[in-house]
Amino acid sequence: MLPSTAVGEESAAGPAQTARAVPRSKVLRRLLRRPAASIGLAVIAGFVVVALGASVVAPYDPIATSFATVRKAPSVAHWFGTDEIGRDVLSRIVYGARASLLAGVVSVLISISVGVPIGLLAGYAGGMTDMLISRVTDALLACPFLILAIALAAFLGPSLTNAMIAIGISATPVFIRLTRGTTLAVKAEDFVLAARAIGNAPWRVAIRHVLPNIVPPLLVQATLAIAAAVIAEASLSFLGLGQQPPQPSWGSMLNTAKNYIDNSPWMAIWPGASIFLLVLSFNVVGDGLRDALDPRYS
Amino acid sequence: MTTFIIRRIATIIPTLIFVSLLIFGLQQLLPGDPAMILAGEERDPTVIAHLRETMHLDQPFPVRYLYWLRGVLHGDLGESLRLQQPVRGLIADKLPVTLELACIAIVIALVIGIPAGVVSAVKRGTAWDYGANVVALWGLSTPNFWLGIMLILLFSVTLGWLPASGYVSPFEDWRANLASMIMPAFVLGNAIAAVLMRHTRSAMLQVLSSDYVRTARAKGVLERDVVLKHALRNALIPIITLGALEFGTLLSGAVLTEQVFTIPGFGKLIVDAVFNRDYAVVQGVVLFTATAYIVLNLVADVAYAIVNPRIRVQ
Repeated sequence: MLPSTAVGEESAAGPAQTARAVPRSKVLRRLLRRPAASIGLAVIAGFVVVALGASVVAPYDPIATSFATVRKAPSVAHWFGTDEIGRDVLSRIVYGARASLLAGVVSVLISISVGVPIGLLAGYAGGMTDMLISRVTDALLACPFLILAIALAAFLGPSLTNAMIAIGISATPVFIRLTRGTTLAVKAEDFVLAARAIGNAPWRVAIRHVLPNIVPPLLVQATLAIAAAVIAEASLSFLGLGQQPPQPSWGSMLNTAKNYIDNSPWMAIWPGASIFLLVLSFNVVGDGLRDALDPRYS
Repeated sequence: MTTFIIRRIATIIPTLIFVSLLIFGLQQLLPGDPAMILAGEERDPTVIAHLRETMHLDQPFPVRYLYWLRGVLHGDLGESLRLQQPVRGLIADKLPVTLELACIAIVIALVIGIPAGVVSAVKRGTAWDYGANVVALWGLSTPNFWLGIMLILLFSVTLGWLPASGYVSPFEDWRANLASMIMPAFVLGNAIAAVLMRHTRSAMLQVLSSDYVRTARAKGVLERDVVLKHALRNALIPIITLGALEFGTLLSGAVLTEQVFTIPGFGKLIVDAVFNRDYAVVQGVVLFTATAYIVLNLVADVAYAIVNPRIRVQ
């Protein structure tokens, strides 16, 4: 899928204990030394620039229809062709990048802002608190990621905002579990015991000493989770539960395109290729980041 | 072993309770009066009155939950407002189609993923390894609904070899059934093959560097036998657990795949229910999926404990 596997906890858990062994100044250098990760970063940067400057980059208005140019094949005037009501496919892809990146980043921010404090609490407090949080997390993890997101989006109502909330909530348990696991590992370290021994309050130890040391695996997980969230947003929009027409979204473009696949394949090729390229880039950067943070891959 | 199974079952009970609370709680997300919303656009007063009565809407949340849970424990998942049929029956009707799709997908994933993982580990650092990793990244990054549309373009529209959509029961015509299932199953199996490949590679690398493999090599055992008989057999053990974990991926993927290929399965049931605001069906499907996932995980853990006795001790 979904790339539910891309959000799997093993994927990021590796460097948990070793994160501090790699100075942070070296991480970026190591990451950029990897050709695949460098290309991935460049592609993501390209998409961000296109999304931010959509009004300048897009050759046409993405929602302007023209019955004179219905389902025209790619040409000099319309590089990626036009859709079933004459809208320029390239312009819709350029604006669609906004929805995809926004959904990817915002939903992961929701997951982090909910999941990390809860996971930190579970891992640091232990006991009944940990048990209760862990059981609720298990319950959330038992619902397949996309099915839970579909159910939440269905009950919240179809819109991009609700899709982002649904994806964010569905991805939260992975962050809870990862944060809890890494917190358990870090809180047994000598420097944490020393911080407690000199009389720091528990919340201060958790925030000032534990949290900074669990950031690296969370960063890897966040990168991979953005990839999963981009696919999830496209999936929800494909099903009609994300971005609503006429606003462009790669997923909803594919939903329409499948009805015209026999004579207008360009309508399906470009939005899908865009999702693939963006998701691939995040996955490659996530893999590269994991290796860069792990001293074994030096 | 019995103690292990009992202990393991005891741990899933609170999880199941939280799952049921979560799914019942979804109703609370509906803005306004649930009975008005659940009654659909027609807002038939009889339906609204019936819903108020059956859903105990005049009662507080915990009481309503207990009523609902009692029904669920008796196999009553509610009734589809649109189809006027019990949700349990709808799930039972659609499930075999999705299970068939999932089984073919798993076979495809195993056939691609495990050999690719083995080759990648054995030929570490070579072009084979890089090739296999590229294939895995491709599998993880391709949206399966897009892959489905592209396969339709190639095999149905351009070559005319396979039907673009629809489903034929294997009891009617097994050839037509296979023709209608092969593309969706490949789409579904593609992402799981990538995960299997990565896990197999990682497990193989670990096993290949272990002492007993070194001993086997030192004894002069053929490299093929070292890989297939000594290393792969042990490396495959964690795949049992992975198989259960991928069940969720399969069902999530089936939602989209069935939509692309118009297959009347479990995934299409939930999508149709979402669009018809048939919330009882949505709740029933999510509850069934989560419960099946938890039970499969339990089975996987028990199977894992049978093949690896250290787990039981832990």
